Amino acid sequence: METLVCNGLSKTYGSVRALDHVDLKLEEGKIIGLLGPNGSGKTTLIKLASRLLVPSEGEVTICGLKPSPETKAMVSYLPDRNYLPDWMKTGELLEMYSDFYDDFDRSRAEEMLRSLNIDEQMPLKKMSKGTKEKVQLILTMSRHAKLYLLDEPIAGVDPAARDYILKTIISNYDETATVLISTHLIADVENVLDEAVFLKEGKVVLHQNTEELRETTGKSVDEYFREVFRC
Amino acid sequence: MGWKFSDDLPIYLQIIEAIKTDIVSGKYRSGDRLPAVRDLAFDAGVNPNTVQRAYAELERQGLVQSERTSGRFVSIDEGKIEELRKDISNAYIRDLFKKLKDLGMDDKTIRDVLSKWRDE
Repeated sequence: METLVCNGLSKTYGSVRALDHVDLKLEEGKIIGLLGPNGSGKTTLIKLASRLLVPSEGEVTICGLKPSPETKAMVSYLPDRNYLPDWMKTGELLEMYSDFYDDFDRSRAEEMLRSLNIDEQMPLKKMSKGTKEKVQLILTMSRHAKLYLLDEPIAGVDPAARDYILKTIISNYDETATVLISTHLIADVENVLDEAVFLKEGKVVLHQNTEELRETTGKSVDEYFREVFRC
Repeated sequence: MGWKFSDDLPIYLQIIEAIKTDIVSGKYRSGDRLPAVRDLAFDAGVNPNTVQRAYAELERQGLVQSERTSGRFVSIDEGKIEELRKDISNAYIRDLFKKLKDLGMDDKTIRDVLSKWRDE
């Protein structure tokens, strides 16, 4: 069953074509890397799927439905920047998530916060960048969503925090969900990916199982990426 | 993160090799339960489907048996494990001979060197 489908999906900003007739099908139970250099359209694709943008042409569907309040209830989205009010304490964020999302698993979030010794009384603004990102990821992954859209979840945190974030993703998605991770830090994520999607100037230039890619090219996804996107 | 993998081989093959080594070395004994898919995926820092695929292949080779509810176990067939030990050691020996030949040594020289090495 397909979680996310794009048909001729295009988005233009003025004269700039950010996405150019993208056809894509993402199946359930998979962790998929949305890989491409800066400006290749990764964030645009994610924003279209989360209904923050509307397509200029074509369509995107989530579990067969056009983006709507109904799909928003099935999609857990982690933006590429801090999106939570930074005066809020972790405990208040848990409260807010419980109010907003029926599928939010508060006890799961609390358990993860405890394992990281994050104080529920601490406001976001007092946390380090890495801790803030971990809190946001914990909130995102504690929903029982059908589709997780993670925009650059590991950029800007140290390698230990990256490991933690990736392990959180592995242990929290379930077999009927799909996780889409956008990043340009391929070496760090490739081992957790089922499939890689390469975006180049708004077009999908590759969509393949990562193990197959290693087998046929004899290269890691990272090496292969460097070849395809050589400047 | 997790285990170290080389770049040029699919990860599931490398996981298979690692588990085979653990079976032969006795880390996992005949009849032992193997880690759950998700636990091993977490440890190794890889996708759970990759571990699933490695386990399926080990099952196909008869080294691992799965019980519907209680997990996966190392084969109780000691003969199979002995066979595996032979396969792995043969691969090492083949590799050793190849490397020494690449250094320009012929079979006789290699044998002489090996017996000398054993005596020391």
